[in-house]
Amino acid sequence: MAHVTNKYPGESRWKGLWYLLPALLVYLLFTFLPILETIRSSFYQWDGFSQNRTWIGLANYVELFTDPKFHNAIRNNLVFVIFFSIIPILIGLFLASLLSRRPIPGFAFFRTALFLPQVISMVVVGVIWRWMFNPTFGPINIFLRQIGLDVFAISWLGDFTWALPAVGSIGTWVQYGFCMVLFLAGMQHIQEEYYEAASLDGANAFQQFIHITVPGLRSEIAVALVTTIIAALRVFDLVYTTTRGGPGESTMVTGFLIYRAAFTNNRIGYAAAIATILTLIILIISLFIRRFQRQGVEESA
Amino acid sequence: MKYPWKKLLPRYLILIVFMLVVLVPIWGMFTSAFKTSTEVMGGPFSLPSDWSLANFEQAWRVGRFSVFFKNSVIVAAAVVISSVFLSTLSGYAFGALPLPGKNWLYPLILIGYMVPFEAVIIPLYNLMDSVGITDTLWALILPQVGLSISFGTMWMASFFENTPRELTDAATIDGCSRWQTLWYILWPIARPAVTTLVVLIFMWTWNEFLLALVMVQNEALRTLPVGLAFFQGKYTANISLMAAGAIIVALPTILIYVLFQRFFIRGMLGGAVKG
Repeated sequence: MAHVTNKYPGESRWKGLWYLLPALLVYLLFTFLPILETIRSSFYQWDGFSQNRTWIGLANYVELFTDPKFHNAIRNNLVFVIFFSIIPILIGLFLASLLSRRPIPGFAFFRTALFLPQVISMVVVGVIWRWMFNPTFGPINIFLRQIGLDVFAISWLGDFTWALPAVGSIGTWVQYGFCMVLFLAGMQHIQEEYYEAASLDGANAFQQFIHITVPGLRSEIAVALVTTIIAALRVFDLVYTTTRGGPGESTMVTGFLIYRAAFTNNRIGYAAAIATILTLIILIISLFIRRFQRQGVEESA
Repeated sequence: MKYPWKKLLPRYLILIVFMLVVLVPIWGMFTSAFKTSTEVMGGPFSLPSDWSLANFEQAWRVGRFSVFFKNSVIVAAAVVISSVFLSTLSGYAFGALPLPGKNWLYPLILIGYMVPFEAVIIPLYNLMDSVGITDTLWALILPQVGLSISFGTMWMASFFENTPRELTDAATIDGCSRWQTLWYILWPIARPAVTTLVVLIFMWTWNEFLLALVMVQNEALRTLPVGLAFFQGKYTANISLMAAGAIIVALPTILIYVLFQRFFIRGMLGGAVKG
């Protein structure tokens, strides 16, 4: 925030507090204090009903770090990072570079369509893709059978090997349009002279892309990373509506593990410990990438 | 500068492919909603013989989507109105008013924008339970106002910070109080920023799932996404009925997106950049 006082002569220096107070109270009560309470609960053993909470120190965390189900969930979240983040960013860069500095006629229509999955409820996205992946009447398998690839017409979401990439690819579908729109917006701030100088020096389109466009988009790429990585780490709705973590534990993710521990198995303390670790990971990643982004801005300044 | 036709064609082709990947599943779901249960087996992308609304009617009445729709509207309206109002005040405090402790209060509010709902859902449930308001729409409204305020405050603060100070100075010299300056001078020019905030908070609230799933057990209080998720469990094989339900859930956000596209994209990109 800027260090201006904003104070008029004769005005109380507390003036802003009255305007802030209602929002601050609601925020503290329904967001900030619950965060602290989650951290506190993670040191207790509690079933959610009984009067007695037992302080057990770090026992929930010790259990967590040796729980193969937690390891599995984290691993699945990391696989989702590839599908929700890395692949969409690459596709987004590719699509944006196609349009590079000169928008083509009819571009607005493409942008509207490509951004569409961002505004649709993830439950609806889940419903759409459960239909797409349906083993008998899903379009994907109907198509595979039509071109004679019956062997590949498997039960995508029910297969121990393929369920994870299948759900992951839904994430790719949701995110790539967002990345493209983000990068296109960023490209408008890259100065045309750089490209002119580069083509005078004989750089081809690909070299210009690598040496001008990508560095110029550093800030947008950082934003895309934060947004999509967080989406991959906290994914819940999509897993709930497509596979519920199955078959077995093959698509189980951290968000679903929290839900199951807290509301199915009544292990509040343990669920809180998972939630605390997940939040910590998300905060660290956000801050880390943001620092990297800021460094980039300072260097180019 | 324009592209020569030879360079334009391959670009169009690639864009069309990636656009079709997005649109074809949505289109397939859309047409399925108008088909009879025998037609839907006839091929996923065939057109319905007549665009019958029978599935929508069944979802709306038998599937109780009318009830879910009403709940979603109440929750979204309450969350949007109160968070935009509260965020305008708090954003004004950060962006234009004297406020002691600004430098630590601001990051404190920013934290709410970064934490996932999973991090607060358990204490929120216990809190609502202890005051006896789980299974009411209050349990959905209050936490979402809290979480929306986080983004809303940042969004409005940056708007007020970037309005020319001469404007508020002039208003003060003319005898406006801070309160009058906010509503008579700044609020009218804040319309684009407020519109963006309204459409974003509306979309987040309309699509919210985890909170609505956890807080409400009573079927009559479910919101659309939760209603659809349970509906899916019941009618997995009836694709056309599922599709009709899915469209009822998705249509409001799609319509608002198409109408307010500029605001939407600006907000999502701007919000992401700031967040």
